[in-house]
Amino acid sequence: MLNQKEILSTIEMIDQQHLDIRTITMGISLLSCCDPDPKRACEKIYDKITRYAEKLVKTGEDIEREFGIPIVNKRISVTPMALVAGASETEDYVPFALALDRAARTCGVNFIGGYSALVQKGMTQADEKLIRSIPEALSRTELVCSSVNVGSTRAGINMDAVALMGRIVKDTAAATADRDGLGCAKLVVFCNAVEDNPFMAGAFHGVGEAEKVINVGVSGPGVVCTALKAVRGQPFDVVAETVKKTAFRVTRMGQLVAQEASRRLDTPFGIVDLSLAPTPAVGDSVARILEEMGLEVCGTHGTTAALALLNDAVKKGGVMASSSVGGLSGAFIPVSEDEGMIAAAEAGTLCLDKLEAMTCVCSVGLDMIAVPGDTPAETIAAIIADEAAIGMVNNKTTAVRLLPAPGKTVGDRIEMGGLLGSAPVMPVHGESSADFIARGGRIPAPLHSLKN
Amino acid sequence: MNAIVTVVGQDKVGIIAAVCALLAEHNVNILDISQTILQGSFTMVMAVDVGAAKVSVGELRDLLEQLGKKMEISIRIQREEIFNAMHRI
Repeated sequence: MLNQKEILSTIEMIDQQHLDIRTITMGISLLSCCDPDPKRACEKIYDKITRYAEKLVKTGEDIEREFGIPIVNKRISVTPMALVAGASETEDYVPFALALDRAARTCGVNFIGGYSALVQKGMTQADEKLIRSIPEALSRTELVCSSVNVGSTRAGINMDAVALMGRIVKDTAAATADRDGLGCAKLVVFCNAVEDNPFMAGAFHGVGEAEKVINVGVSGPGVVCTALKAVRGQPFDVVAETVKKTAFRVTRMGQLVAQEASRRLDTPFGIVDLSLAPTPAVGDSVARILEEMGLEVCGTHGTTAALALLNDAVKKGGVMASSSVGGLSGAFIPVSEDEGMIAAAEAGTLCLDKLEAMTCVCSVGLDMIAVPGDTPAETIAAIIADEAAIGMVNNKTTAVRLLPAPGKTVGDRIEMGGLLGSAPVMPVHGESSADFIARGGRIPAPLHSLKN
Repeated sequence: MNAIVTVVGQDKVGIIAAVCALLAEHNVNILDISQTILQGSFTMVMAVDVGAAKVSVGELRDLLEQLGKKMEISIRIQREEIFNAMHRI
């Protein structure tokens, strides 16, 4: 029998520590929608998504009400669109994005991911058409998210794609200049992208996945931070154990919701993504966890070590609580979406170089970072290359989601609202990387022996 | 199917009576009640069986919330599995 203390501790986690299920994401394969006629392909895409995900939002809301646990987002991920659109005889891929946007609206989800291309080794004609259409696609849609995988540990880094993506990020910012370059918040450049990620903006439904699948992303930075307050001053062994126990509890809840959603939607359960995903709300910050470990401000010396411990303990605690773990699992450090990161960046303690170091030991990468609007495309490409190199060499997923807000410079702030938050514009190095990016070609895959 | 009802707020006359009356009206059986005053606020946890209830857990939640608003206390109902998942292996 449950005791009162356990019951009240769960309620306190939900009420005061922002414990929630961050997302239930339905992955849908669109491979069956390929058609030489682009108009017909778009119809098939719309029909399939709206048929499969018809009850997704309603089911999420029902579970939320019955279990009393908030489910913040209900979302859809689809097959990388370049693979589907490639079958159609057309130069213009924007209608495919519009079809996704319409389908997402009909289903009532708040994002749909998968306007994507996988070009880690080379680009097909379809990949290139899709990538070149991203700025227009993201400016003409609201709910569509786009991602491009430019490197992998096995293939190396496609530097032609990296150079192109530097330009595309800039063009997307320009195309959505009236909204502070908001389009860039929906565009991720990956190395080692995963096929079962439920989190936006990088979610897509990989080709190795089933027809449809339910993936769940949990959260809970506030719960971890509160648990660590109770062990203040104690050795790191105790810190790691505390994080593990907390992650275990949070993940068990995610597993329960995932199984329930899977059953009700008659869709196979895919994975639980064990992520500490922050929000701009006070008390829901990853940076504050690192500070709770004894750092005055996130970004100072010791931050990378603190994050390494946190990231590893979250995985160790969570992995036993779920029958299948996947996605991006780890701690996220999106600057604009984390109240503590915003404060640290505004104080000048957290800089781009330190964030890059932090991405070596945590989930994903340089995420939701505002940079000056006049940052050259080559510099953005070089930042992407650096981050992809970290992912390629360390056999992990890394990503870049930069926001070069048009007309903004260091000291300004961009406001995106809601979960996307706000971000102070951070400085980038002024010295040119143009000749480096102009080389093109491929950075070969790394050696897997002689590890030093 | 079991659920947990929790009531937290300023102590006053008739909280238990009102909650029990509402549950009885919808054919919800009470299995266990524990009640204390925690840091000055009234705290009650009830285990209930909603298997034979006339309405769904979701509807019960709305009804209890309305009652809570009227009595200026927080009342919620959640399926028991969520607590078992978090606290039992």
